[in-house]
Amino acid sequence: MALLEVKNLGISFGGLRAVNEFCIKIEKGQLYGLIGPNGAGKTTIFNMLTGVYKPTDGIITLDGQNITGKKTIEINKAGIARTFQNIRLFKDLTVLDNVKVGLHNNYKYSTVEGILRLPAYRRTEKVMNERAMELLEVFGIAEEAEQLAANLPYGKQRKLEIARALATDPKLLLLDEPAAGMNPNETLELMETIRFVRDNFDMTILLIEHDMKLVSGICEELTVLNFGQVLAQGETSEVLNNPEVIKAYLGE
Amino acid sequence: MKFMKNMNKTTRQNMITYAMVILAYIIFQTLSVTGNLSSLMQGLLVPLCTYSILAVSLNLTVGVLGELSLGHAGFMCIGAFSSAFFTACTKDIITNDLLRFMIAFLIAAVCAGIFGILIGIPVLRLQGDYLAIVTLAFGEIIKNIINAMYVGLDENGFHFSLKDSMSLNMTENGRIIIKGAQGITGTARQSNFTIGIILLLLTLVIVLNLMNSRSGRAIMSIRDNRIAAESVGIDITKYKIMAFAISASLAGLAGCLYAHNLSSLTALPKNFGYNMSIMILVYVVLGGMANMRGSVIAAVVLTMIPELLREIGEYRMLIYAVIMIVMMIFNWSPKVKTWREAHSLKDVFHKRNVKEAK
Repeated sequence: MALLEVKNLGISFGGLRAVNEFCIKIEKGQLYGLIGPNGAGKTTIFNMLTGVYKPTDGIITLDGQNITGKKTIEINKAGIARTFQNIRLFKDLTVLDNVKVGLHNNYKYSTVEGILRLPAYRRTEKVMNERAMELLEVFGIAEEAEQLAANLPYGKQRKLEIARALATDPKLLLLDEPAAGMNPNETLELMETIRFVRDNFDMTILLIEHDMKLVSGICEELTVLNFGQVLAQGETSEVLNNPEVIKAYLGE
Repeated sequence: MKFMKNMNKTTRQNMITYAMVILAYIIFQTLSVTGNLSSLMQGLLVPLCTYSILAVSLNLTVGVLGELSLGHAGFMCIGAFSSAFFTACTKDIITNDLLRFMIAFLIAAVCAGIFGILIGIPVLRLQGDYLAIVTLAFGEIIKNIINAMYVGLDENGFHFSLKDSMSLNMTENGRIIIKGAQGITGTARQSNFTIGIILLLLTLVIVLNLMNSRSGRAIMSIRDNRIAAESVGIDITKYKIMAFAISASLAGLAGCLYAHNLSSLTALPKNFGYNMSIMILVYVVLGGMANMRGSVIAAVVLTMIPELLREIGEYRMLIYAVIMIVMMIFNWSPKVKTWREAHSLKDVFHKRNVKEAK
């Protein structure tokens, strides 16, 4: 059974049909790409998958569980974590605390235990710190742990966002244009990181990207979206050679 | 010093804050006991604690949660009247003064907290500045209701009226506790500097420990980016209401301290009105968002200045305003900040240490 199965997903904003009859099937462990011209509805689909928008019709199933129209928090608990096209970090918190917010629902103690500094607080905080540092080390930002997130350079902010998403221990990771604003070297490094995350965290990843080098380099399957409709779907090399895709997206 | 180095940065900062409060207590208490403190300053000690607690508690809403509240004096008012009411009712029943005072604090915190939750539930679900509008209205409404409220006690129980004391229909032995615009009179003046400082420390411990815990991080993540906080599974409404309720109940504590420092408690615009709420907000802004030590310092300085400037008479408020502007620039202007960092005392000490090490 597929990890994520989306059937006939659609959403209308007033009279505008932003996404129509969108279907996708992602197997566990896959690296899946979602591409399409600007305004095709890619981020709208992410927003529906994570409960920011409620779909007008269609069904989303994650690991056999129907999550259609649920709240963002419930969907995160069910196992979907995401990053954002325009980076959304907790900029006045330290890098370490950003990841620890991600760990919020996995390591618990009550507010009273926190205020009174009871043993549960010390124990859990210690484990949280260790876990968060582990994640930061994976992304090579452990040295900046005590800095404010706002002071990180752009590339590292992107990485921190992925680290924070992984801290919630998701089954499926959604990356919204992870390479946006990166130079070719940073993009290459990011490709390594994404592969590393998939292999070492046993993660399934769905990503939106415009950088064709990244897409053809790491995605195993692709869905191409145009005007809210699926234009092509299948293995990366096949899809990228599809004449219609070339016409609509890559240019004739 | 080794002990200081082993703590992490935030813990060390918090310890400095506590130490400053304790040091201030020792200094003022010594001056007061040895008779070197003017009666004016003597009378200011408890209000200083009250305003510091109010500033720290409001900073939890404004600086940590990132929501604007313009009715903090309203929660203080609830705490003041509920605790003074309790004290007046149980004057003859609970004879142990300290015990009764402790229960009064508890009641003040709980009542103010309940109102915080009641206001928070509908308003904090919304995005935007609705909280500011609603709390502004709340503060005024509470003050006006209490001004018009008559409550009496006789052997048949409590009597309540919003008209006048006659309509309470009490028996001859009855006693009016809240007398409309005259408020509650005859409250025992139990507040003193020591209790005030203990409460301030308690408030600081609660707020600072909260900020460095799981819930505090959740609250601050909502302030920094609501959408991202939701995406990592933070329950926005729950943590917003939690922060606001804690902030309100701490204001209630301050209210209790305030009420038991006066023999007659009335709800005037001066003490519980809009101006008071704004004043507390000024302490918070001047002290810095989410900077609790700053809030305490701002509250102390801004409460003392007008009193110390009394001698120059009519120019008092003018100088006060100038000092406020200068403080604001000195604290927060980027250029002054760079200058301060370049000439900081810390550097002087540090350089000397380096030299000695060589």
